Amino acid sequence: MKDLSELKFPDDLHYVESHEWVRAEGGRVRIGITDYAQDQLGDIVYVELPAVGKTFAQGAPFGSVESVKAVSELYMPIGGKVAEINADLENSPEVVNTGPYDQGWMIVVEPASADEVNGLLTRDAYLGKLKG
Amino acid sequence: MTDFLGTTGLVLDEPLLWEQGRKGRCGFSLPRRDVERRPAPEALAGEGPDFPDLSEVDVVRHYTRLSTWNFSVDTGMYPLGSCTMKYNPKTNERQAARPGFAGAHPLLPSELCQGALELMAALECLLAEITGLDAVTLQPGAGAHGELTGMLIFHAFHRRKGSARSKIIVPDTAHGTNPASASLCGYTSVPIASNEKGILSPEAVAAVMDDQTCGIMVTNPNTLGLFEENIKAIADIVHAKGGLVYCDGANMNAVLGMAHMGNMGVDVLHLNLHKTFATPHGGGGPGAGPVCVAKHLEPFLPVPRVRFVDDRYVLSEDFPLSIGKLQAFWGNTANLIRAYSYILSMGAEDLKRVSQLAVLNARYIKERLKGTYHLPYDRPCMHECVFSDKHQQAHKVTTLDIAKRLMDYGFHPPTIYFPLVVPGAIMIEPTETESKETIDLFIDAMKAIAAEARANPETLREAPTRCKRRRLDETAAARKPCLRG
Amino acid sequence: MRYLPHTPDDIAEMLKAAGAESLDGLFAGIPPDCRRSAPMVLPHPLTEWELNTHIDRLAGRMAAAPDYKVFVGAGSYEHFIPASVGFLTSRSEFVTSYTPYQPEISQGTLQAVFEYQTLAARLLGMEVANASMYDGASALAEALLMAARITRRSKVALSQAVHPLYRRVVDTYLKPTGIEVREVPFRPDGTTDPGALGDPVGLAAVAVQSPNFLGCIEATAALAERAHSAGALCIAAFSEPLAFGLFRNPGSQGADIACGEGQSLGIPRCFGGPGLGMFASKMQYVRNMPGRLVGETRDKEGRRGFVLTLSTREQHIRREKATSNICTNNSLCALTTAVYMASLGGSGLRELAQLNYDKTEYLKAKLRAAGISLPFSAATFNEFVAAFPDGFDAVYRRLLGKKIVAGLPLAAYYPRLKNHYLLCVTETMSKDDLDTLAKEVTS
Repeated sequence: MKDLSELKFPDDLHYVESHEWVRAEGGRVRIGITDYAQDQLGDIVYVELPAVGKTFAQGAPFGSVESVKAVSELYMPIGGKVAEINADLENSPEVVNTGPYDQGWMIVVEPASADEVNGLLTRDAYLGKLKG
Repeated sequence: MTDFLGTTGLVLDEPLLWEQGRKGRCGFSLPRRDVERRPAPEALAGEGPDFPDLSEVDVVRHYTRLSTWNFSVDTGMYPLGSCTMKYNPKTNERQAARPGFAGAHPLLPSELCQGALELMAALECLLAEITGLDAVTLQPGAGAHGELTGMLIFHAFHRRKGSARSKIIVPDTAHGTNPASASLCGYTSVPIASNEKGILSPEAVAAVMDDQTCGIMVTNPNTLGLFEENIKAIADIVHAKGGLVYCDGANMNAVLGMAHMGNMGVDVLHLNLHKTFATPHGGGGPGAGPVCVAKHLEPFLPVPRVRFVDDRYVLSEDFPLSIGKLQAFWGNTANLIRAYSYILSMGAEDLKRVSQLAVLNARYIKERLKGTYHLPYDRPCMHECVFSDKHQQAHKVTTLDIAKRLMDYGFHPPTIYFPLVVPGAIMIEPTETESKETIDLFIDAMKAIAAEARANPETLREAPTRCKRRRLDETAAARKPCLRG
Repeated sequence: MRYLPHTPDDIAEMLKAAGAESLDGLFAGIPPDCRRSAPMVLPHPLTEWELNTHIDRLAGRMAAAPDYKVFVGAGSYEHFIPASVGFLTSRSEFVTSYTPYQPEISQGTLQAVFEYQTLAARLLGMEVANASMYDGASALAEALLMAARITRRSKVALSQAVHPLYRRVVDTYLKPTGIEVREVPFRPDGTTDPGALGDPVGLAAVAVQSPNFLGCIEATAALAERAHSAGALCIAAFSEPLAFGLFRNPGSQGADIACGEGQSLGIPRCFGGPGLGMFASKMQYVRNMPGRLVGETRDKEGRRGFVLTLSTREQHIRREKATSNICTNNSLCALTTAVYMASLGGSGLRELAQLNYDKTEYLKAKLRAAGISLPFSAATFNEFVAAFPDGFDAVYRRLLGKKIVAGLPLAAYYPRLKNHYLLCVTETMSKDDLDTLAKEVTS
């Protein structure tokens, strides 16, 4: 597993303590897991995503990500309705390891409330949590 | 330096069954046909399976070669924590194979199967005596099956009292089967943390025990190899709120002839015959998971139960409060015969000695390795002890690397990464059937590996190098599963 | 005691190193209120030779072939087991090995189980089979739970012609889950009535057994179609898989899950256990499947090897969210059936199944000719129901005295089937045995 200094955390994203990232895209948000999370999990073998159209509250589990020896739940950083899911992950879960912030995106959500995003962590605050 | 056990030998490669054979070959002596051939109704007839055709020689060579690729108790030591990989006595195999047992149909009229029924009744009494509980079922097919049975008994007990409860307390050291079995009964697991001594404290239990909680699942000794000293107080807390105490008996090998489950306040206990009672593991099963209960829970046991009525043993269904059935028939009889034979061969004194020597072996290993490996709980252990890879992390060597290198030294690795409360856990249970020489060789191997971790860590990361296969790509196996030919 | 190697010197040395005064001293930390107040009272230990005598006495009080002719199946079948099967499966390296969690030193078990999974899948016509469950009954219960998980529905339909003891195990497993079991009756011909299924909407699964408990071959394809029309899964159970050497297998009829008892395939009956829970499904459902799975992969040097895989389904990783709580399965039994199936081969299995069928048809014809009613007209494999006249139980008892068990009385399982007996014929019965039985039951 890598040192924090070797991992990437783009500063145009929001983060949560459960290691999901959020990118605002117009009225919607794109969600995935951070470089730290994929590094901790190791080789990802399977990603379970919800059905399009399902609604979840902030903090609710919306899916899971599996490595050979572990399963981790994925938690909604903000509440809302699932508008899109990344179908590529079914056959190529490894892109979550190689491109956690781009090809490894997981879901796109229509937020239930516009200002939940503001309560999330900045990149520096998230890094602070990881170091602390 | 001592000669180590791990070495290479004559191990032949062997293709898959369907990669060999020739159409028309047969490895089976087909019985004589003494009746006319009749075609099956066409609409229902199938083609039969696409199986390879092999001669008897093909089959015998195939499986003989495969067997040589396996480590086994008969080959060497398996210090697997909580598995109790003790020696499997060969006389038990002879007993289970007696034609009267092996060829018996389970649904025979009772007068035609008195031998088996008498054995089962006797085994129930023996297990009740050994555990200090009152009534026994031999039906569950494995430990987890016994846990399910226990959970179903909890469920039935509470429903009968009119208080259907929804939660169950599960310690952080619990085996995965515990919460999984609880879930099968619809119970939500309420986790509690063990304290700094590695055991449960009554306060932690009291904090979560309420009248919505059906009870607690404990393992005693626990998976850190430590005796749950506060068990009586914990049982009292749980009972006071109308709950029950389930004990996972996987670690019974530590306390035979010593601990009394009934006195501890245990209401339901399962045993693993393939652990404590020396029935063989068979590469993953079959086992047997009898469940012992305190008297007040006897009415809920699965049916049928062996009873002695008039002048003979019968299987009786006359238990209206029974939870029902876990298997179609009466249990894994061949394993019941093996365990029964084991108990009769040992007797009370030697069974007690089993636990004394199992604990001695583990305590000896703990003391001799504690300088070399990090010991998270430096307390007197029972039949197993738990180390971690903390000291080796500086060299970027993990528990996994240590385990893989141990194979090159001729040992099966201990249980790794369990219990979850110890990151990088290495759980070592030698059992009583390992001699001091073997244990000393194991300790020497572990020390040699720790030295390699410092001097030449790459050796560990490359390990194993002396086995049939090097490390396998488990990621690829999970990403693109190929589960058949 | 020959399993305890420690000498007094060993013990003394080890106690010293362990920092304990005595063997009893090792247990100083156990509170007095947890201890036994008195030693265990168990029979005096037996020598190996005394144990042999003791067990022989017990085994001698059992009815088994060749002394007894037991015409009973009902989920436990007598078939010839080649000497090679027992010989190979008693090799220590198979018997005394552990679950293959460390694949590098368990390739024997892993390849053997991969082969078993393949043979099982091919026999059942299914895409993937697991490494085994406990028995046919618990496998069926797990199949229903799996269907409920997949469809997220909480009602299942279960044919009344499914083995009564399997249905009781299903009830036990399903009771705490709140899943409702709707029973589906069978028709006068002995098969399940798809019409009596009722409205399949809202069902998670329709489960049927073929051959069923009455020995009859079910119209599984028709039932599968009805199930699928409502988005339900079709579960095809079995207790006699040898039937698929002759009759259409579950997969070819649209089964989503095929599960049942594999004891027939080379495992001795042993008074009911251990057996073999066979379990197979469509590949699309594999992540919801309970039990272990062995998969193929490569090692660091590019050589083919096998590992346990998709383990995140299982209890040791997923814990309370696992697909099942199963840990120990019936691995050695699965190996046994693989050796048996490998020995028989495709040709042998077809011929053996044909022989079972022919001998059964022979007995059926003889009984009919003697005026005995065989009430169910559907095709059967190696079991069938005979309706004997009132008072037959006296004949039955007399035959027990002659070491013949003339079938299984069905009244206890199906109250309206009084005087009906389930008879089983396998390749182990000779024509003479069948002639004798036909004569005896009609005398």
